[in-house]
Amino acid sequence: MIERTSGVFRLRNRRLPGMVRWFGLVGLAFLIFAIVLIIIGKNPIRAYINIFSSTLGSAYGLSEIVVKMIPLILTAIAVALPSRIWLINVGGEGQLHIGALFATGGALHFSYLPAWILMPLIFVLGFLGGGLWAMISGILRARGWASETISTLLMNYVAILLVNFFVFGPWKDPESANYPQTAEFVGAAILPALGGTRVHFGLVFAIVSLIIYYLLLSYTRWGLEMRAIGNNSEAAQRNGIPIARYIILLMFIGGGIAGLAGMSEVSAIQGRLRPGISPGYGFTGFLISWMSGGNPLGMVASAFLLAIIISGGDILQMAHGLPGSAVHILMSLILFVVLGRSGGRRSAK
Amino acid sequence: MIGSILGGFLSGAIHSGTPLLYATLGEVIGERAGIVNLGLEGVMLMGAVAGFTTTVLTGSATLGVLAGGLAGGLFNLLFGFFVITRRANQLASGLALMFCGVGLSAILGAPYIGSRMEGLKEVRIPFLSDLPVIGRVLFQHDLLVYLAVPAAIAIGWLLFNTRWGLGLRAVGENPTAAFAAGKNPYRIQYQAIFIAGVLGGIAGVHLSLSLAKTWAEWMTAGRGFVAVALVIFSKWHPVRAISGALLFGGAIALQLQMQALGVPVSPFLLDMLPYLLSLGVLVVWGGAGRRAAPGSLGRVFQGTE
Repeated sequence: MIERTSGVFRLRNRRLPGMVRWFGLVGLAFLIFAIVLIIIGKNPIRAYINIFSSTLGSAYGLSEIVVKMIPLILTAIAVALPSRIWLINVGGEGQLHIGALFATGGALHFSYLPAWILMPLIFVLGFLGGGLWAMISGILRARGWASETISTLLMNYVAILLVNFFVFGPWKDPESANYPQTAEFVGAAILPALGGTRVHFGLVFAIVSLIIYYLLLSYTRWGLEMRAIGNNSEAAQRNGIPIARYIILLMFIGGGIAGLAGMSEVSAIQGRLRPGISPGYGFTGFLISWMSGGNPLGMVASAFLLAIIISGGDILQMAHGLPGSAVHILMSLILFVVLGRSGGRRSAK
Repeated sequence: MIGSILGGFLSGAIHSGTPLLYATLGEVIGERAGIVNLGLEGVMLMGAVAGFTTTVLTGSATLGVLAGGLAGGLFNLLFGFFVITRRANQLASGLALMFCGVGLSAILGAPYIGSRMEGLKEVRIPFLSDLPVIGRVLFQHDLLVYLAVPAAIAIGWLLFNTRWGLGLRAVGENPTAAFAAGKNPYRIQYQAIFIAGVLGGIAGVHLSLSLAKTWAEWMTAGRGFVAVALVIFSKWHPVRAISGALLFGGAIALQLQMQALGVPVSPFLLDMLPYLLSLGVLVVWGGAGRRAAPGSLGRVFQGTE
C-alpha cells in the first residue's frame, strides 16, 4: 500500500500564501517590465490596458486566450513530467514541430480513410512524432552520453528546419505557388471546433492529459517511484527502481504530449502545415512548468497568464510599435523572479 | 578553380569560427568556475546589438567592439546575480537570460534595422596576404580574427599558470574546499561571469560587425548553444577550443559554399549541419569526456556558514 505522507503538489495549501505569492511575483515582473517600457519611452499603463482589454474584454478575446492555452498546457506538461525526476526538457518547441510533421504526414498520405480511422491515426502519429523525437534525448541521457538539456535545445533547431524542408520541398502544395505550405487537410483530418469559436477538441487533450498527469503522480506506484528518483536517485537505484527506463519513458511521454500540441495546431487551427505554426509555445511551456512548480492548477493559471502575454506581444507590435519579441523580456522577468525567490531551496539538486 | 573554392572555404571556416571561438572561451571560463550558462545566446545578442548601434552612431568599429564586450559582461552579471547570489538553478536561469537578451536586443536594435555601416575593416598583412591561397585564408581578415587564437592561448595561460586561474578552477571543482583555502568563491565566480560575458559580447560583435555587417533579431540562431556543446568537445580547455571552433566554422562555411555553388541540396538540410555536428560531438565526447568536467559544474554553492 502506498501511504501518501505529503501531497505531491499541495493542491490545498493551508498557509494559503501560495496563490498570493504567485500573484505577487507576477505583479513584480509586470512592474519591472513597466519600468523597461518607460525607459524606452512607451506608456506602460496604456500598454497594459490595451493588452488586458483586448484579451479579457470580449468573448472573442477570451476564446482566443483559450485557443492559445491548449498548446501551452500541453507543452508545459511535456516539461513538468520529466522534471519530476530532474530532467530538464527544453525541447518542447521541437517536439511540437515533429508532432505536427508526423500528423501532417498521416493526414496527407491517408486522406482516403474515413474520419473514425484517420483522426485516431493522426492523433497517434502526432504523439509518436513528438515522443520519439524527445526519446532520442532520453536515450542519450540514460546512457550518460549527453545532457538532455543541451540535446533537446539543439534538436529544436533541427526540428524546425525539418518542417521547413518538407513544407518548402516534398510536401509543398503545387497549387499554392507563392506560399510554402502543404495542401489543405481533408475534412476527415480536421479536429472539430467547439461551439462557434476557434477553441477546438485539443482542449480535451489538454484537460485529460492534465488529469492523467495529476493522477499518475499522486496515486500510482510509478508516481511514487518517480518521487523516489527525484528525491534521491542513488537510493532509488539501490532499491531496484529502473532509473534509465524512467528517463527514456518520461521523455517519450512528455515529448508525445508536446507532439499533441503540434498535431492539434495543424489539424484544428491551420488545417495544413506551414512554417511558423508556433510562436514559441514550446519555450513558453517551459516557463509555465517552472513558474507553477509542476502543480496542475498552477499550470492552468500560468498558461492563462502566458496566453495573455503572448497575445500582448501582437498588441505591443501593432499598437505600440515594439518588436514582437519584446514580450520575451516580460517572460524572462517572470522566470527570473520565480527563480530568484526559490533561491537555494528548491534549486539545490 | 579548386584552389579558389578551397581557399574560400578555409577562409570562411576561420571567419565563421571566430565568434564561436570567443563564445566558447567565455563559456570555458564560466564552466571552469562551476557555472553553466545557457544564456550565452542572449549575451551574444546583447553584444551584437550594442556593438552594431554604437558603430552606427559613432562611426567607429573599435568603439563598437568595446561597447559590445562591455554590454555582454554587464548583461552576464545579471545572470551572476541569480545563480551566485540568489543560488538559483543555473540551467533555468540561463534560459531566462537568453529570453531576456532576445527581447532586449530586439527592442534596442529595432530603430537600427537596415542601418548601414562599414563594420570591422579587413586588415591585410603586407606581403603575406599576397601569397597564393594561404594569403587569402590566413592573412586577409579583421583584427578580431587575428586576436582570437592569441586570446585562446592567453586564457589557457591565465587558467593553468596563474594563481587567479588556480583559484578559479578550485572554485569550480570544490567551492567549499576553495573557501577553506581562503578563496572567496562568490567574488571569483562573479569575475569569471563578467569575463565570460565580455567574451560572449565580443562573439556577438563579430557576428554583427564582420560576418553579417547588419543587425537582425535573433541573428545568433543558436550559435550560443553550439558554443556550449563546443566546450564539451574541447574538454574545458581553451586551446583545444580552437580546433572545435574551426570544425564548426567549417560546417557553416561548407553550407554557405555549397549554396553558392548551387549544389542541389535543400538549404534547410544544409542549415542543420552545425546542430547535428554539435549533437554528434556531445555524444562522442560527452560520455567519454565527462571526467574532464569541473567537479562542481552546475551545482549551487550553498555557502559555508
